[in-house]
Amino acid sequence: MFAAFDFEVIIKHIPFLWQGMQLTLLLTALALCGGILGGTVLALCRLSRFAPLSFAAGSYVNFFRSMPLILVIFWFYFLVPLLVGRPVGDFYSVLIAFALFEAAYYCEIIRAGISSVRRGQVYAGQALGLTYGQNMRYIVLPQAFRNMIPVLLTQAIILFQDTSLVYVVGLKDFLVSGDIVANRDNRLFEMYTTIALVYFVLCLIGSRAVRRLQRKYAL
Amino acid sequence: MIEIRNVSKWYGDFQVLKNCTTRVDKGEVVVICGPSGSGKSTLIKCVNGLEPFQEGVVTVNGTSVGDRGTNLPKLRSHIGMVFQNFELFPHISVTDNIKLGQVKVLGRSADEAQERAMRLLERVGLVDQADKYPAQLSGGQQQRVAIARALAMDPIAMLFDEPTSALDPEMINEVLDVMVELAQEGMTMMVVTHEMGFARKVADRVVFMDEGRIEEDAPKEDFFGSPRGERAQLFLSKILHH
Amino acid sequence: MQYNWNWGILLQDPYFGWVWSGLGWTIATACAAWVIAFSLGSVIGVMRTTNVAALRAIGTAYVELFRNIPLLVQMFLWFFVFPELLPRETGMWVKRDLPLPEYSTAVICLGTYTASRVAEQVRAGIESIGQGQRYAGLAMGLTPAQVYRYVLLPVGYRIIIPPLTSDFLGVFKNSSLALTIGVLELTAQTRQIEEYTFQGFEAFTAATALYCLVTFIVMTLMRVVEHKTAIPGMISLEAK
Repeated sequence: MFAAFDFEVIIKHIPFLWQGMQLTLLLTALALCGGILGGTVLALCRLSRFAPLSFAAGSYVNFFRSMPLILVIFWFYFLVPLLVGRPVGDFYSVLIAFALFEAAYYCEIIRAGISSVRRGQVYAGQALGLTYGQNMRYIVLPQAFRNMIPVLLTQAIILFQDTSLVYVVGLKDFLVSGDIVANRDNRLFEMYTTIALVYFVLCLIGSRAVRRLQRKYAL
Repeated sequence: MIEIRNVSKWYGDFQVLKNCTTRVDKGEVVVICGPSGSGKSTLIKCVNGLEPFQEGVVTVNGTSVGDRGTNLPKLRSHIGMVFQNFELFPHISVTDNIKLGQVKVLGRSADEAQERAMRLLERVGLVDQADKYPAQLSGGQQQRVAIARALAMDPIAMLFDEPTSALDPEMINEVLDVMVELAQEGMTMMVVTHEMGFARKVADRVVFMDEGRIEEDAPKEDFFGSPRGERAQLFLSKILHH
Repeated sequence: MQYNWNWGILLQDPYFGWVWSGLGWTIATACAAWVIAFSLGSVIGVMRTTNVAALRAIGTAYVELFRNIPLLVQMFLWFFVFPELLPRETGMWVKRDLPLPEYSTAVICLGTYTASRVAEQVRAGIESIGQGQRYAGLAMGLTPAQVYRYVLLPVGYRIIIPPLTSDFLGVFKNSSLALTIGVLELTAQTRQIEEYTFQGFEAFTAATALYCLVTFIVMTLMRVVEHKTAIPGMISLEAK
């Protein structure tokens, strides 16, 4: 079994795999930004006292959390070119899908983070004469984010893993690149093991780093 | 009955028990007191092996607790223990709490266990709470059930770890009354407590611990009359003005 | 936006049948995987709370392994790599004679992955109960195994019903990954309808609606479970 482990095929294709990894990382980073931005907006809507806004945001979150990510990818892959009126790059459809999907998850994390900031802080800001917007921007959100960073980062690692699902639309991320090599050179065993190992090492380092960060920032 | 010889215990580098030696004979009631952090809770948990110890010997009725070959569950089934936080099992009724050990450890039939449970509930004055769940009872009631639960195992000795410390003042007496009755019936008891009134009433000996060491170990009259050590005197003076 | 609406397509043969068969496979995959996940996850979660260092290490290794590899990659490992690691005879059996190979592989993959999540919930649940209950059980003469069975797990499971619910829902959602190895579950079937008829809106709406239905049923079911197992007198299970 191990007698014929072909290391060469891996080494030969490192540049190609690295290109795939770059796309994975890019997608992760952009979806992360979109997700956090969207999540923050949603969280503020959910926490607002204006009932329809809160309800709408709540429905959005519950909806996306009931959907499998693959289905969301298919939806936007199909829908975005249709809405725009012309073929859009695969990457953009997928990116929109990820950002909107992750926003629902980030909303919950951020909502919990904002709620964890003591009411007294909000009152103190109001007593100084700050408006709601200023209060959020200077007092609440900075503290909330500091509390949430470990959870946000953990979700980012999950997002990093989830990007592998672009496989279903053939976008050339790390997994798909490895898959292409695997099928072309008939080296399924070597490639999948390598892909798994790379993901494992990266995610393990990531989660250990988050844990160290958590201990350092423990408020 | 219970013998503790030269027991020392460390948590990492911190020595929590320092060369402790004492005994509780059959029918004796020994009260252990001392400031918090003195190791009294740890010492009593060494008696039934809930806490392991690195040095020394603890024997209960001849069986060594620290010995590797000892069947701890069997040993523990002969010793009853009552905890500061009652520790009733919240997901089963009061009666089932008392039956659990009887059925699963002693192998009694459900009917026999039920009968005993009702008798014990009567004894502690809680028969009408038989079908309630622990969360529906007050602290004092829960602790009395806990005592009944321990008694259901027909123990040869009872260990009490600060049984009234978590109770509101008005409920302390209902628990102490049950304990006094037990003592008067001749149960061998080892009680960690601050309740000196209880000690004065039924204790045979009082042990004073400080910083992991047994500083005083004297018959009740001597202890309350004229404690030898300075620390014990200080402690007594602080708590007796209650 | 140019689009030919045709909601009737969903009621036509064979598409109608595809949708329902897809739902069937989704449910079959998810439920079978959950059985594995719950039982294996409980064992591993308990292992992580014992005093035996070796057991704790095994439990931790399991959780870390399954947590740090994407589920899709795990699916491929099980389907393509795992048969190669088996001794020759078993490997051949798996590759040729295993009944419903795609389904079985998907179930094992989903089951073992979700087990790692269940393990974490069980661990958290037991740890939140606190030492006192464990002591009380041991003090009565219960063996450690009995303490888990009669004291820690009954309360622990009740505490974790909410997070377990979301893991249970997760299995249904993750069952969609089985389409990559050929299981024709709900998402796969609706994608197939889209590819055949170009009626993406209709097809995906069907899938969306059915996933929403599944979520609703699961949440209702769990609420019933929570209600039936509630401990009288306790508003919420707080650690003492």
